Amino acid sequence: MKRRDFLLATAASTLPLACRRKPEFPFGGELVGLNMALGHRLLNAPQPEPDSFEPISVLIVGGGVAGLSAAWRLAGAGVDDFRVLELEAEPGGTSRSSRNHVSAFPWAAHYLPVPDRGNHAVLRLLQECGVVEGFDAKGDPLFAEEATVRAPEERIFAYGQWWEGLYLRAGASAEDERQYHAFFQEVDRWAAFKDAKGRPAFSIPRSRCSDAPEARALDGLSFATWLDQRGLTSPRLRWLLDYACRDDYGSRLDTTSAWAGLFYFAARKQGPGEDSRPLLTWPQGNGFLVDHLRRASGDRLRCGVMATSIHPDQNGLLVTAWDAVHQRAIGWRARRVIFAGPQHVAKHVIPDLGTARPAMTRIHNAPWLVANLTLRARPKEFSFPLAWDNVLRDSEALGYVVATHQSLQDHGPTVWTWYRPFAGPDCDAERARLLAMDWPTSARMVLDDLRPAHPDLEGLVSRLDVMRWGHAMVRPVPGLLWDAEFLALARPFGGVHFAHTELSGLALFEEAQDHGIRAAEEVLAVLGRPVRSWR
Amino acid sequence: MGEAPPADSEAPLTQPTLRAPLLFISVLLIASCGLIYELVAGTLSSYLLGDSVTQFSTVIGVYLSAMGLGSWLSKFLHRGLARRFVDLELAVALVGGFSAPILFQAFAHTHAFRVVLYGVVMAVGTLVGLEIPILMRILKDQVRFKDLVAGVLTLDYIGALFASLLFPLLLMPKLGLVRTSLLFGLLNAAVGLWSTHLLQSQLGPTRMIRLRCLAVMAMLAVGLAFAGKFTLAVEEEIFADEIVYARDSAYQRIVLTRGRGSFQLFLNGNLQFSSADEYRYHEALVHPAFGVRPEAKRVLICGGGDGLAVREVLKHPSVQEVVLVDLDPAMTDMARRQPMVRQLNGAALDDSRVKVVNADAMVWLQETTGPPFDLAYVDFPDPNTYALGKLYTSRFYRLLQRRLTDNAMITVQSTSPLMARQSFWCIAATMEASGLKVRPFHLAVPSFGVWGFVLASKRDFDVPTRVLPGLRHLSDEAATAMFAFPKDMDRVPVEINRLDNQVLVHLYTREWRRWS
Repeated sequence: MKRRDFLLATAASTLPLACRRKPEFPFGGELVGLNMALGHRLLNAPQPEPDSFEPISVLIVGGGVAGLSAAWRLAGAGVDDFRVLELEAEPGGTSRSSRNHVSAFPWAAHYLPVPDRGNHAVLRLLQECGVVEGFDAKGDPLFAEEATVRAPEERIFAYGQWWEGLYLRAGASAEDERQYHAFFQEVDRWAAFKDAKGRPAFSIPRSRCSDAPEARALDGLSFATWLDQRGLTSPRLRWLLDYACRDDYGSRLDTTSAWAGLFYFAARKQGPGEDSRPLLTWPQGNGFLVDHLRRASGDRLRCGVMATSIHPDQNGLLVTAWDAVHQRAIGWRARRVIFAGPQHVAKHVIPDLGTARPAMTRIHNAPWLVANLTLRARPKEFSFPLAWDNVLRDSEALGYVVATHQSLQDHGPTVWTWYRPFAGPDCDAERARLLAMDWPTSARMVLDDLRPAHPDLEGLVSRLDVMRWGHAMVRPVPGLLWDAEFLALARPFGGVHFAHTELSGLALFEEAQDHGIRAAEEVLAVLGRPVRSWR
Repeated sequence: MGEAPPADSEAPLTQPTLRAPLLFISVLLIASCGLIYELVAGTLSSYLLGDSVTQFSTVIGVYLSAMGLGSWLSKFLHRGLARRFVDLELAVALVGGFSAPILFQAFAHTHAFRVVLYGVVMAVGTLVGLEIPILMRILKDQVRFKDLVAGVLTLDYIGALFASLLFPLLLMPKLGLVRTSLLFGLLNAAVGLWSTHLLQSQLGPTRMIRLRCLAVMAMLAVGLAFAGKFTLAVEEEIFADEIVYARDSAYQRIVLTRGRGSFQLFLNGNLQFSSADEYRYHEALVHPAFGVRPEAKRVLICGGGDGLAVREVLKHPSVQEVVLVDLDPAMTDMARRQPMVRQLNGAALDDSRVKVVNADAMVWLQETTGPPFDLAYVDFPDPNTYALGKLYTSRFYRLLQRRLTDNAMITVQSTSPLMARQSFWCIAATMEASGLKVRPFHLAVPSFGVWGFVLASKRDFDVPTRVLPGLRHLSDEAATAMFAFPKDMDRVPVEINRLDNQVLVHLYTREWRRWS
């Protein structure tokens, strides 16, 4: 071999090596959170028995908003003999948040519409957090300016530039405008609706909604069909409404009940013909509310602990759990259990529940991918400026929310939270797709999605973390929400009380809180401590 | 000591083939060009870096030594001197002609301005240093040595005189730095072209050389035609006067222009002050609050990175501490170093009582604590973006109040009550909604128009009747008169500017659109 050939061969052999060494992305990151492996393993394998069963009044299984709200209610009634078990390392469920050197940021739910006067529980919570600053002459609450979403709230990317708002007015025809107004007239009509008992058709939480037949009838058809029936075919309008379904329910127009579709808009109206209620938000999203709620539990909250079975016993309920931190089985003998987790977990933990309540199989949860992008600087902007919520019209994803928007930082590093529901018709197939995604696939999906609006983004990212939510939010499919058997899933079962947002068929902070308080008040009544309801 | 060679022992002259007298005229021209490039570099660096003594001194030093280097290098050129001379003219034309645009761009877009500056000065100096020795060698066989030295050096020095008179009297005021340097580059190239004619007998075929000359002249002519876009300033045509400083900071574009006996500061193309009448604005901003609280010790200034409000504040002997919170370090650095601005603010930012904080004032108010202030001045650019609009919200005024003593005074620059009447009263009403008692006032600032401020305090207060004696505009009577509003500027009902509605940005943009 000649010297020259040798050198060439050497160079050629190291070339692929050099290529492999160069990372695909100029930044780091990982798949974070959600202890799926532990969850699935514990549910599908026999578990060791604990050495003893510690007596306790109430055991709350699940440290999401429902479980933490139940604990908040119990503590508010002076009951402190309880524990909250949370599988994950951090409580909060889909209201979880995190923090890095740049900002606090949400991992999922990130806002709350300001409550009306009748939403006592949310008002009470917000007063405790200092977000309600007082009441005006009419008795309406006044909210802290720094907690209401700072303008500009939303913008949309279309035709190669950003536009103010979420509804694309640029290029809308007269017919588009007519249909837009026609739709919101329908919303106003429903916002004005009161049944014989004076209850509105749509209110938050849904336990305050009318069950009058004309309102319930809306649940019998899909939002798409309902729009078709009214000749509402404007692509812009339907894009907006489909976006709302994907955003709040992880579903599409044709897989969302018309009741849920109208609920999204009508329940947020301050009154017929008036604007939607302003939104409250914080840099860490609803993690702000979780931070407050968890204080009520204090050290009675145990993270990294998963209940694996709940068996009735002559003195109450025997609960076995796996403490992943200390790698041991632990047990409680509880007078009552509040199961504040999803039904698909409940059926594994509570014997006979699944067979007794077949309606639980009708609950379908949409999977989501959420990414947090830490940026060392902001991309160049040419059209409507960076808003809180930034949506790309021609995208399967929902866009991104800017964590530093509410902390008033308009320059320098920031964190963007990017959301994508897997909104295809079959939740199980969508979940399989999601779980097959690794970090590079996810990072590529995020960057590809944002590239049309921010071609220079990749060089500004210093970190990109991804969370895969297998069961992010319940889908309000047509026929679910007012089904009697579905609604009965919220009733107690052999000493176990249930609290979870999916029991409303709507994934909302307020629904989770409402179920948590209801379950806690059921338990308080059983324990012989009836209270005035906070609901 | 060697014996001087007798003059008559010089080699006999060859039959003249060149038009020596005309070549002497090109000496005059190239000498003028050479000095112009030197003056351009010196002026430009003292505008941009300040300290004109140092800048001129170093630029001249580097330039002259580079000329020496060029002269020394000339001995290494042997053949085809005429051709070399024409190429040299074209090289000087390009480097010298484009020196001003190159230097402005380097200042605006790189961090290595000094390297570029001395590199350009070195290059131009070296090339210019080559010119005269080569020309003398071309002529040496055709002109007697004593006549050659006398003629060339005389015209060289006269050319320098022309240039040094033309530059300050005609070129700078009429053309500005960029056009001057490009114009003289064009002249240099023209000398090159003309030389192809004068030196024809030594050049051989001239077609390619002439084409080169024309190409260089065309480049410089294009440069001259697009001087506005070429320089740091796409916006030079927007500004009435010549740009003497421009910098893209992380937050904004800072531009200083000069002309008509004054200079102006622009941020993102919006006029912030003109040195001709800024005293009216800053006296009105600062002194009324002192009229109510003459004993004020601790003063907060939000915005106002130009240091002009600080200058007025420091006129009050009671002041012990001034904290200036301005977002942009590039702005406060300019206020400290740029000689024109520094002179105008009296080096206020270097006063020992002044502390400069570079931060977003609202974030700073929200996230820091400290002893309360007796006076606060809010001197932000007008609310034409959401990022600026937040600094005029009720939340901002509440955050501000947390940092003040109970009887502290606040003064807010509040745009024009005449041109943007609703915006002005929106600011006043928003301050009221945040719990302040307000007393709006206004005065005429010719560069801006009728301008408004809001004087406010947590407690009731009376309109000031006394101001500091010895001001240029404000007297006791003039101060009191500012608080009366004529009918076309009087209060109108408006919404409150909150973080979650930012109505002011919309109002402001709509109202000012009518005047632009």
